[in-house]
Amino acid sequence: MRIHQGTFSFLPDLTDEQIEKQIDYILRNGWSVSIEYTDDPHPYNTYWLMWGLPMFDLKDAAAAMFEFKKCREAFPNHYIKINGFDSSPMWQAQRVSFIAHRPTQDDPGFRLKRTLWSDGRVQKYGLEPYATDKPAGERY
Amino acid sequence: MIQDKEAKYKKGGVVEYREMGYWQPDYEPKETDTIALFRITPQPGVEPEEAAAAVAGESSTATWTVVWTDRLTTLERYQAKAYRVEPVPGNPEQYFAWIAYDLALFEEGSIANMTSSIIGNVFGFKALKALRLEDLRVPVAYLKTFLGAPHGIPVERDLLNKYGRPILGATVKPKLGLSGRNYGRVVYEALVGGLDFTKDDENINSQPFMRWRDRFNYAQEAVMRAEQMTGERKGHYMNVTAADMEQVYERLEYAKEIGSVIVMVDLTMGYTALQSVSKWCHKNGMILHLHRASHATFTRQKSHGISFRVLAKWMRMLGVDHIHAGTAVGKLEGDPNLTRGYYDILRLQHVKPDPVKGIFFEQDWGYLPAVMPVASGGIHAGQMHQLLDLFGDDVVLQFGGGTIGHPMGIAAGATANRVALEAMVMARNEGRDYLNEGPQILREAAKNSPALAAALELWKDVTFDYTSTDTADVLPTPTL
Repeated sequence: MRIHQGTFSFLPDLTDEQIEKQIDYILRNGWSVSIEYTDDPHPYNTYWLMWGLPMFDLKDAAAAMFEFKKCREAFPNHYIKINGFDSSPMWQAQRVSFIAHRPTQDDPGFRLKRTLWSDGRVQKYGLEPYATDKPAGERY
Repeated sequence: MIQDKEAKYKKGGVVEYREMGYWQPDYEPKETDTIALFRITPQPGVEPEEAAAAVAGESSTATWTVVWTDRLTTLERYQAKAYRVEPVPGNPEQYFAWIAYDLALFEEGSIANMTSSIIGNVFGFKALKALRLEDLRVPVAYLKTFLGAPHGIPVERDLLNKYGRPILGATVKPKLGLSGRNYGRVVYEALVGGLDFTKDDENINSQPFMRWRDRFNYAQEAVMRAEQMTGERKGHYMNVTAADMEQVYERLEYAKEIGSVIVMVDLTMGYTALQSVSKWCHKNGMILHLHRASHATFTRQKSHGISFRVLAKWMRMLGVDHIHAGTAVGKLEGDPNLTRGYYDILRLQHVKPDPVKGIFFEQDWGYLPAVMPVASGGIHAGQMHQLLDLFGDDVVLQFGGGTIGHPMGIAAGATANRVALEAMVMARNEGRDYLNEGPQILREAAKNSPALAAALELWKDVTFDYTSTDTADVLPTPTL
């Protein structure tokens, strides 16, 4: 299956040229680029690992692209996403987030666990990536 | 003037409102005053200043005759003051009237109380043919007595893990008659195809063909299955509107128990009930969606009622995360400029006067969280460039018919909308002239998406071009 997280996940994978244009959009808005990676694609996994700090004073998309490529070389078997952070008042939050690299086109997907509750009338749900059955770093 | 007033009290009987202090052309509004702008249509023979004074009087302290008990109070404080009247450009029968209300007049944190004052009695007043509340400047001092939205736009995005694009939704159709199990099928197909949210319609509450508990259970099953199949967070707005608050709370608690991230309410519940639900959502970390069911009965006509921009302000104060605010291009009433004005009021921290958008007053929101507007009703994938240009990223675009009516099925309809959206956002971010190149961008995206190609073909000629009943009267320089 395809993991549909982040903007553009319903389009064909972005080329490097397209990724650089999106980084440029983040910078044009005065936001900071950050790169994060994970091999646990659980939809509620908020804290992917950071490839360094957000690049606060960076002005040049090529430099962020260089960092992205280094991250991709180091973690080809991980998901990598690119975020844009906006520090302006009332936002102070992410404004952009999209997956820029996938370890596979066919993720093993998720197990949906159902637990019966209230004498069987209500279900409680739990989601687990099949990938995380294996130890971190050996999943893809 | 005070001597004059004493004389009136001695005389008693009926005295013109403007003689009683409700017309004060020299009044300088205070920072802490609420200022209302009314459109008044006086009866023939009633002077506009007197009509404005009457509105001020009847929406604050006055009754039809002089009462001696006024003199037991600091009447000047509690009197609303009409301080400016101007003819409406191009409409000789109508006038704009500016009226100031003291901070002491309204109970802290109560929309019910503020509305009982400002729109309580006065709209039926015989000396006026018609009356409309056009805009309201709410002082920060009063805003700080409200909690506002349970989450606000940035926090909702964090909860949903969705950034940099409009959120996509759809209302389950047909509105009435589906069983819970069949209803959940629509939810699942729409979400797995690429939508973020699905929605109960306003008139789906708990009818004999589908009781609320069944709907909630099947909808949540569909949400979780769609999360499993996509790896993406999803939600279904569970409508908790019911006959009484006891049942509303029961439905809220159940929605929480089964794990829903979002619930919805109808405006028909009334302001007090809405505010109670908002409070519950603050307490329980639930996103709150408001369907403005019934609003057009009083917001649509230009001469009488309340502008939606005022209702939007009240709802931002009262505290909802989402509110339907119009599409401009869809099937429901909404002049594009005025609609943009509503979006500004809901989303900005500091709103500047803009006559083109129908905004009369500067409004500092005092850090009250922004509300996500929802565009719903007769929109489809082929309009994506216009929708993105009109509303930007922070909006929920709801394609009900535009998803479920897709010839290849509901999931394909959802995919068509998602692909169209993402292609348009990508083009915009790349700096393309996406508004003019929109149709071409969609055609390019459709090459990789048969679902989008089919949607573009089916709805290529659908537009809703009717003249709006509510439009802006551009004013020279609207100031306080």
